[in-house]
Amino acid sequence: MQRVKFTINGKEVEVPVGSTILQAAEMVGIDIPRLCYDPDLSPLGACRLCVVEVKGNRLLPASCVTPVTEGMEVQTESPAVIEARKTILELLIANHPLDCMTCDKMGDCRLADYCYRYNVKESPFTGDQHDYAIDDSNPFIIRDLNKCILCGACVRACEEMTGQDNLSYLYRGFDRKATTAADVPYIESDCVFCGQCVAVCPTGALIEKSMSGQARRWDIDKVRTTCPFCGTGCNFDLAVKDGKVIGVLSAEDAPVNGRMLCVKGRFGWDFIYNERRLTTPLIKKNGQFVEASWDEAYDLIAEKLNGIKDQYGPDSFAALSSARCTNEENYLVQKFTRAHMGTNNVDHCART
Amino acid sequence: MTNPISEITDETELMLLIGTNATEAHPIIGYKMRQAARRGAKMIVCDPRRIDLVDEADYWLQLKPGTDIPLLNGLMHIIIKEGLEDKNFVAERTENYEALKETVQNYPPEYVSELTGISVEDLYAVARLYANTDKAMIFYTLGITEHICGTRNVMSIANLAMLTGHLGRPGTGVCPMRGQNNVQGACDMGALPNVYPGYQAVTNDEIRQKFEQSWGVSLPAKVGLKIPEMFEAAHEGKVKAMYILGENPVLTDPNSNHIRAALEKLDFLVVQELFLSETAEYADVILPAASFAECNGTFTNTERRVQRVRQAIEPIPGQANWQTICQMSTKLGYPMEYEHPSDIWNEMASLTPSMAGINYQRLENSSLQWPCPTEDHPGTPYLHKGKFTRGLGLFQPSDHIPAGEMPDKEYPFLLSTGRILFHYNVTTPYSEGIASVWDKEMAEIHPEDAEKLGLVTGQQVKIQSRRGEVISAVKVTDRVQPGMVWMSFHYAATPTNALTSDALDPVTGTGEYKVCAVRIEKIPEVAHA
Ligand code: SF4
Ligand code: SF4
Ligand code: SF4
Repeated sequence: MQRVKFTINGKEVEVPVGSTILQAAEMVGIDIPRLCYDPDLSPLGACRLCVVEVKGNRLLPASCVTPVTEGMEVQTESPAVIEARKTILELLIANHPLDCMTCDKMGDCRLADYCYRYNVKESPFTGDQHDYAIDDSNPFIIRDLNKCILCGACVRACEEMTGQDNLSYLYRGFDRKATTAADVPYIESDCVFCGQCVAVCPTGALIEKSMSGQARRWDIDKVRTTCPFCGTGCNFDLAVKDGKVIGVLSAEDAPVNGRMLCVKGRFGWDFIYNERRLTTPLIKKNGQFVEASWDEAYDLIAEKLNGIKDQYGPDSFAALSSARCTNEENYLVQKFTRAHMGTNNVDHCART
Repeated sequence: MTNPISEITDETELMLLIGTNATEAHPIIGYKMRQAARRGAKMIVCDPRRIDLVDEADYWLQLKPGTDIPLLNGLMHIIIKEGLEDKNFVAERTENYEALKETVQNYPPEYVSELTGISVEDLYAVARLYANTDKAMIFYTLGITEHICGTRNVMSIANLAMLTGHLGRPGTGVCPMRGQNNVQGACDMGALPNVYPGYQAVTNDEIRQKFEQSWGVSLPAKVGLKIPEMFEAAHEGKVKAMYILGENPVLTDPNSNHIRAALEKLDFLVVQELFLSETAEYADVILPAASFAECNGTFTNTERRVQRVRQAIEPIPGQANWQTICQMSTKLGYPMEYEHPSDIWNEMASLTPSMAGINYQRLENSSLQWPCPTEDHPGTPYLHKGKFTRGLGLFQPSDHIPAGEMPDKEYPFLLSTGRILFHYNVTTPYSEGIASVWDKEMAEIHPEDAEKLGLVTGQQVKIQSRRGEVISAVKVTDRVQPGMVWMSFHYAATPTNALTSDALDPVTGTGEYKVCAVRIEKIPEVAHA
């Protein structure tokens, strides 16, 4: 691969031809702030927070869309750059509800992170504030566009990841909005509730409803696991707070799916807390199920299964294992059937 | 799948989808296909229904249900006639080519067009496009296997891929997409009547001895019963007792009334389940099961990728499923003792050469695709590189096998079934969020038929087949062809499989969920007071 040499913050480095300044900086461990840039999405160059100073260039170019050229000299935190970033942040928060203390995204909000990094507490700009109604129309996603910074990540994720093309920009100027066609609530739109837009949103504008009010982001334990629904085998993190699952979060290093999930994987997990879950063994007596202890259940099973085997032979027993259960459980079921019951009558549903 | 999912994104130049509604049944694979189509890869969709991916496709072959074999034979006919086959591949890597040639000779485009309803021009165009594209992948799912001729359908797909040399290289291959999360793993683990883990035959003496030695018992050499045979045997009183883990055949298997009757006849039924399912109702003992969030273990996805499942919360019934199975077995007189699911995995892997190189340490930060015979083996992203498992690829030509039951005067509609995006078989209806938005069956029916029957979206109908009847709401849509009804099988209130046929693929025992004949009757609306 061809490489180019350039200087970044006084250090000479070599990167592959075609790298943007932002990518090149990442390669050498320099973190340039970014709001609209997302490695999984096409570059937009709209938020301008990633501006850098390039020697000989009067303007500050956006590093996410500017390729490195041979001999280029880049400063990522020069006074001019810092000044520009502060102004951008001040403009953004001028029209952003500063309710960070109760915001569900706090701790995982890039806007707050950068305000902290550049010591932006409040905005010298005053003006109109948006007063959008919160879109709470569906069971999965809360959309509070008052917190939207128009980074367009949701629009690109919907189009480029899922291909649903459900979001775009409407209106102009102050009224500009990243929203559904005709600006209807999600539930009335073509949304398939994959939640990709939620996974990429850098602010609290789009959040998982199940996690709202449940935990600060830093209190969440993440447990990496594999989706229990279809054979694609997506990975994600279960978000756990105080021993309870409160949601699903995308895991960018998931081998099959990256941050993409579908509605089932992202929002279908709550079946685990359905009140109809069985919690104790049940034995049918006179046509009614009655609660039993594990030992009572095992004793009855032992008596009946061993009895039937003795009386009618091993092939009078059959087991259905499960395409929903783990490999280990399936191994045990076939082992039990073959080794103890003495028959190969074992199969599982969904022969596909 | 012979090839990894990632090749949809990085490699392939053409995707041929046959009987697979990927964006609904395997959404992430479907989204990746859509991305690939948008970056310029060609897409051919063969489906009687206007599925979402039709919008991205270069060709939509709207074949009549149950005519997949004539379609595939017709494509091969054109390919051979025009000399587009991969002659080197056929000569070096396959056998029985002459027989294939002979069979597909009888499928000229005009005849195929008549059987399938696809235009002759489209047949030519698609045959040429597929054969002339260097990297082409074929995808299929239940739309192919859930027919009386399911096995033959699958062979015909393999024939097409072999004929054109679309196997054994990146960006090519035949990709059956496995339905349930761990259907691949259940097969791999030997939850099948004829094989131990790793597809090692129970009839092979040497292999059986290996397992006998490890398990310390003598083992039966006779192949066991497949699911439909089990229920048949239960009917006949030969199978007296069953243990069912985490499955709900009453809702998901075809001709559910027959299955209910079989369960009724059993002397003893143990069900281990999350919920009091329709099947669990028939149990004598129910053992409460733990969900995926409560267990450690592994699942194996459709591309043979083994991945960890990790316990996030305490098991709601107090213990994990593997513990329950071990305790039960021990009580019955066959002790099973393991400290952790990784011990179970290790025992399995020690007996299964194709998975011997996989262990929990290696899975801690990544995933592995089997075959993976040793601990330094990187896993196998695609199969059949250089040679097939059996040496040469065998062409197995098939002739058209009409569906077991076709519409007639009495039952004029063709019912086909499948999955919808928002549900997965029988678990998702227990998700409150999902259930609240997609709460009932919406049988799809074409506007022409709807008009004849005087139906509008949302109205209730009675749908009857020779085996049963259900009540459902309808959705009027041109996604389906005239004369066809399409339904899912996720809802207990509309148990679609009360209708479906009990015709079975003679080889796999898979039910013919895709095609059966029904009639539709409007339910008069109750006048509002
Ligand atoms: S949930 Fe998915 S489909 Fe809906 S708007 Fe977000 S990205 Fe688009
Ligand atoms: S909703 Fe979030 S992702 Fe979408 S434009 Fe606004 S801030 Fe960006
Ligand atoms: S997230 Fe969706 S596509 Fe991925 S495994 Fe789960 S059900 Fe399948």
